[in-house]
Amino acid sequence: MTTEIPLIGDYSTPGTELNGARIGVVTFPGTLDDVDAARAVRLSGATPVSLWHADEDAAGSLKDLDAVVIPGGFSYGDYLRAGAIARFAPMMDAIAAAAGGEAGSTRGLPVLGICNGFQILTESHLLPGSMIKNDHLHFICRDQALAVENNETAWTRDFAPGQRITIPLKNQDGQYVADEPTLDMLEGEGRVVFRYLDVNPNGSRRDIAGITNAAGNVVGLMPHPEHAVEPGFGPDTEHGLRTGLDGLPFFTSVLSTLASGGAA
Amino acid sequence: MSQQFNIDTVEHAAATPEVEQPWAELGLKENEYAEIKTILGRRPTAAELAMYSVMWSEHCSYKSSKVHLRQFGEKLTDEMKKNLMVGIGENAGVTDLGDGWAVTFKVESHNSPSYVEPYQGAATGIGGIVRDIISMGARPVAVMDPLRFGAIDHPDTARVFHGVVAGIGGYGNSLGLPNIGGETRFDPIYQGNPLVNALAVGVLKHEDLRLANASGVGNKVVLFGARTGGDGIGGASVLASESFDGDGKPAKRPSVQVGDPFSEKVLIECCLELFRGSLVEGIQDLGAAGISCATSELASNGEGGMRVELTDVLLRDSTLTPGEILMSESQERMMAVVTPENVAAFEAVMATWDVEYSWLGEVTGDGRLVITWDGEVIVDVDPRTVAHDGPVYERPYARPAWQDELQADTFRSSEAGQHLPATGEELRAAVVELMSSPNLADTSWITRQYDRYVRGNTALASPDDAGVVRVDEETGMGVALATDCNDRFTYLDPYTGAQASLAEAYRNVTTAGAVPLAVSDCLNFGSPEDPDVMWQFAEAVRGLADGCQALGIPVTGGNVSLYNQTGSTPIHPTPTVAVLGQFDDVSRRTPSGFGQDADGQAIYLLGTTADELDGSEFARLRDHLGGLPPTLDLAKERLLGDLLVNASRDGMIDAAHDLSGGGLAATLSEMVLRFGVGARIVLDGIMERDGVDAFTALFSESQARAVVSVPRTEEVRFTDMTTARNYPALRIGVVDAESGALEVQDQFTLPIAELREAWEATLPKHFG
Amino acid sequence: MPTIVVDVMPKPEILDPQGKAIAGALPRLGFTAFEQVRQGKRFELHVEGEVTDQILEQARTAAAELLSNPVIEDVVNVAVLDESEASA
Repeated sequence: MTTEIPLIGDYSTPGTELNGARIGVVTFPGTLDDVDAARAVRLSGATPVSLWHADEDAAGSLKDLDAVVIPGGFSYGDYLRAGAIARFAPMMDAIAAAAGGEAGSTRGLPVLGICNGFQILTESHLLPGSMIKNDHLHFICRDQALAVENNETAWTRDFAPGQRITIPLKNQDGQYVADEPTLDMLEGEGRVVFRYLDVNPNGSRRDIAGITNAAGNVVGLMPHPEHAVEPGFGPDTEHGLRTGLDGLPFFTSVLSTLASGGAA
Repeated sequence: MSQQFNIDTVEHAAATPEVEQPWAELGLKENEYAEIKTILGRRPTAAELAMYSVMWSEHCSYKSSKVHLRQFGEKLTDEMKKNLMVGIGENAGVTDLGDGWAVTFKVESHNSPSYVEPYQGAATGIGGIVRDIISMGARPVAVMDPLRFGAIDHPDTARVFHGVVAGIGGYGNSLGLPNIGGETRFDPIYQGNPLVNALAVGVLKHEDLRLANASGVGNKVVLFGARTGGDGIGGASVLASESFDGDGKPAKRPSVQVGDPFSEKVLIECCLELFRGSLVEGIQDLGAAGISCATSELASNGEGGMRVELTDVLLRDSTLTPGEILMSESQERMMAVVTPENVAAFEAVMATWDVEYSWLGEVTGDGRLVITWDGEVIVDVDPRTVAHDGPVYERPYARPAWQDELQADTFRSSEAGQHLPATGEELRAAVVELMSSPNLADTSWITRQYDRYVRGNTALASPDDAGVVRVDEETGMGVALATDCNDRFTYLDPYTGAQASLAEAYRNVTTAGAVPLAVSDCLNFGSPEDPDVMWQFAEAVRGLADGCQALGIPVTGGNVSLYNQTGSTPIHPTPTVAVLGQFDDVSRRTPSGFGQDADGQAIYLLGTTADELDGSEFARLRDHLGGLPPTLDLAKERLLGDLLVNASRDGMIDAAHDLSGGGLAATLSEMVLRFGVGARIVLDGIMERDGVDAFTALFSESQARAVVSVPRTEEVRFTDMTTARNYPALRIGVVDAESGALEVQDQFTLPIAELREAWEATLPKHFG
Repeated sequence: MPTIVVDVMPKPEILDPQGKAIAGALPRLGFTAFEQVRQGKRFELHVEGEVTDQILEQARTAAAELLSNPVIEDVVNVAVLDESEASA
């Protein structure tokens, strides 16, 4: 059952159903960017489906979905640790099972965790490491340049290798940390998917902005691709005010992945 | 639990007229206490005294300002009423946007709490104004913050500044509301009285409009959201000792309120779900005066009465007395009226969102507000006497004795006005000094701590002239908002200064390309008991009311904050004005700077320049404040606004920026800084036409002016339009994407990089 | 190295949103024994050499003036960390 929680905007005019793909967007209490993630899914050509954190039949709700986005926000106020309470939601158990976990099958459910979603994925141990408070201790909102270092994940295959992109970044607890062996492992296995360019905005180890699991179906990153999908509302670029659309390939990538019949 | 207290029942009060009551400690005047006794025909109970004292406070009753604020209603014209759905008096005014959409917005103060505990004060300021917006049935979509601090280099400023900025970010960011603008000023006059004003805007469909009234006998009254604690009643601890049982010491009451943005975010979604299901008949947020305000407002706005059992209120602190529960200002609470048929559905929504609630009572038909404690009546009043028929004062006011002297002390005649920059080199240095001064320097140190992207509808935000958010994703229809106040002009002449503040906000909205629709104001002043201050207030309100009439847009709501003074020194009169405008399609909004592809576009100055430096930012650089504010012609402002909106609608301009603080120098600097694209400017035309020197052309703050960039293909059409409307327009230069500088011919060349370095350095230098 | 521990808690009468959110989560995970949660802060001040009374007094002052915000927080403990605990 997908709950009819209409907080993810108005779906009265869904976009064209490319591949007929249905992508879930999870809402926790305190989730903020679910509207934006749903819009991004729609603009990429797929159909967004809202998922409620406390869904009693979470596994059932995921059955007819092709991918899931865990959007940004402050679930449970980020009060204990960012993502620490949300990870225990029934929906997260179902997502962890469907995604195949860290060891990973070759065909797990594609999952994208953005900002608070990334934090929830690390708290759930679907991705290694953790996020702590930004090194400068302030919330920061800026247009952030990134390098796409791995374009073979379920969420990045529409990017060119090493492509430079700019998408908004906004967080309080965005400093990615992990122990040295973990960082070496991530680097060695090519699992650093995004790295900050020009400025490391929060002190993240090795400029890491986003990572993937071994199978490439679960990706988490701190910056916000869903805020760079619509002309007039994205980051500024040299072509004009708020024209940045570098977030759109995240959402089309997963459709390409699904069309080609694989997770990564 | 009731064992704890000596409950002062209505019956007991009637039988014990001689009991001494702490009315003075609760802030009531002797005549007010007498009036309460007359209304009730007996002494009030402790709980009634608590209610009257908070509801009759200046903050809740507007007792000193009411007689002046009436003008906002009296001066309404049919033109102004055209789009007005709900006017002053409700939680926030509502304006029709067409297509079944409406918008509600309001700017409010949270000044003194933000001085005591800057983080929580500012945070709960956002929380309070957002709940006002929800109460109207609207989804909040953005916030803005006009702020005023003491001197930038005063040690205490950093404490307040850091806390306020972090508090606004901490609360607003967690609510998922983009912060789209505001203004930040530093002036020693605000050292002990910083101003934290907060604006929220929300949108709704017409059918979702809700009002704060309790109607329908038998309908249920419910309190939901956070539990009630002793928040905000620190000052009224007298009440705790009054009714607390003998040997026990009264428990400590918090002196500040702590905000819980997570609870508020859940409350927003929860309320919107209630509105979608049409599950509430009336709704009221709990802010100042808490349950006292909510029950008396709901009951007096409905046609019936209300009966409430106070022991059913869920408490965070079980030691609270009935009076304290009534006065508590605990955050993140709402009160609603629900029909018996909808009770189950209401409870289901609460369960979904995990929100606590308790049913307190019901709507009655007897016109009384009756509050019981364990069944015993402790309040029995006509709710109108609490909520609406409080005292009204005609405070004496008189033009201050010093006003003439102040106005005679013009900048040109002063010591500060001698030896002004004249050479190119001096003018260049003055521009850099101006742009790195605290009030014109880059504010991104602040704005980068605010989320401007969330909800994906932000089309413009700081540093552009107005914040713009899309309302309807189908059509692109949206709203623009700007808040402004020129406190220096208002100090020099409150009537003109208030109008100049209104004109500036109006100009900012039209510069972005939106059609102005409505006004909200937050009137920050000193003590109303000082006739000088009261005169400033009266003049400012008169100016605003006349100004709104001239511009054809109504004031739909706002608030008054008095007693902003340290000792006998009041702050500058600071009427913060917010203007809301509408876009048919936000995609045509005009940015405030020259874009990369604007290379070669013509730069036009609209309006004329006179020698008007009194109260200017340049005068501030020289520590001078005296003389008269610039001449204001609201008909001209309106014409300029029309021109800018038309030019935007017809695609004639690619950039537009108004002239205000810092004059042409600031405007051109900001336009080249926006996207790092330079310009070549010639001042000769201005100097010849207006008879001013280069310094005056650059730094005068004459009103009704804006700078635009016009694509070559549109130039003829643009000048035809300005000629047809007889509005002065002068070609003053071209956009130069190659130069990387602001070049003022025959005067100076200022590389953007150098300007940027100075402009960006100021806030980080003081605040890290 | 000797360590002085400073514990700071939100004042009991002040709302503690953090504690409230955690208290809400506990029963969902089956921890039903806990009625209320309040979340505080612990600071560890490391000292070169011996902790004299004077140093401890400095720690108390620092706790009151810097480590806590007296408007909303109480310093509930300033103590020298037990050596055995420190080395554990």
